[in-house]
Amino acid sequence: MIRKLIVKIGMNWVLLILVLSIYLITLFFNNALFIESLLRAKDILIEVIPILVIIFILTFLSNLWFGGGKADKLLTGKTGFVKYFMAVFLGILSTGPIYMWYPLLSELRDKGLKDSLIVIFLYNRAVKLPLIPMIIYYFGLPFLLVTTLLMITFSLINGYFVAKFIKQ
Amino acid sequence: MNNYNLAVKNTYNNLKNTLPILLAIILLISFIISAIPASFYGKFFTGNSIIDSFLGAIIGSIAAGNPVNSYVIGIELLKQNVGLVAVVAFMISWVTVGVIQFPAEALLLGKRFALVRNIFSFISAIIISILTVLILQFL
Repeated sequence: MIRKLIVKIGMNWVLLILVLSIYLITLFFNNALFIESLLRAKDILIEVIPILVIIFILTFLSNLWFGGGKADKLLTGKTGFVKYFMAVFLGILSTGPIYMWYPLLSELRDKGLKDSLIVIFLYNRAVKLPLIPMIIYYFGLPFLLVTTLLMITFSLINGYFVAKFIKQ
Repeated sequence: MNNYNLAVKNTYNNLKNTLPILLAIILLISFIISAIPASFYGKFFTGNSIIDSFLGAIIGSIAAGNPVNSYVIGIELLKQNVGLVAVVAFMISWVTVGVIQFPAEALLLGKRFALVRNIFSFISAIIISILTVLILQFL
């Protein structure tokens, strides 16, 4: 019965209803937390709307330009090395919260983008260019270089092994 | 249906399916950030590098919000004499592992993908934190 209802409504709406229920309960038991959370959500929304617009434009363009099985060409290059390099590079350059990128990546995967490249892209979002001055100031340049190199290396290792595990 | 109309239709469907998920995750993250003060994170560490790197990775995985906050909290943790291994594990897992975002990742990229990716990212955060401290000792 519940399973049928979830299938009918859709898991995406069920998730939203569950979160809204948490807010509703908080409204009755902790009004201050409810208001603070709502105001913070408003701030995050304002911050992410421009990114969301860009991502949906990219989604539209990917739908327009890439038919089935062609999305891997988005990270073009005759060798695998160039594709992996592009995934690292685009991951580092991408901005906004990680979850904003899931819809586009999901769309691109349906069109043929490899899981390993998605993993590498997502992992390299941990390398934050705007935070570099802050990291150098508090942790030093050697720390920045070591962690960045390790994160890029581990993104490639993760990309390889996650894809292997998913295939099994 | 021509390519343009098909692209509009697919994008609209994508938007319709993902907006409730994104909204739910934004509300959930806002709630978690508001409910858990920054000072809360420092209470768990033991002083043992190995255990603390594991704890740092767990707390970083559960925490959510702007990555700049992870560095601000990380700096505060160092001031509270929490070890660098734990702080690095905390900061890296904050940005690479997403427990709060897991439902969105699972719904959009698949449960197996989300689970395997997050487990690997969690283990990587611990290994990177240990390697970072070891390498920095030699520099």
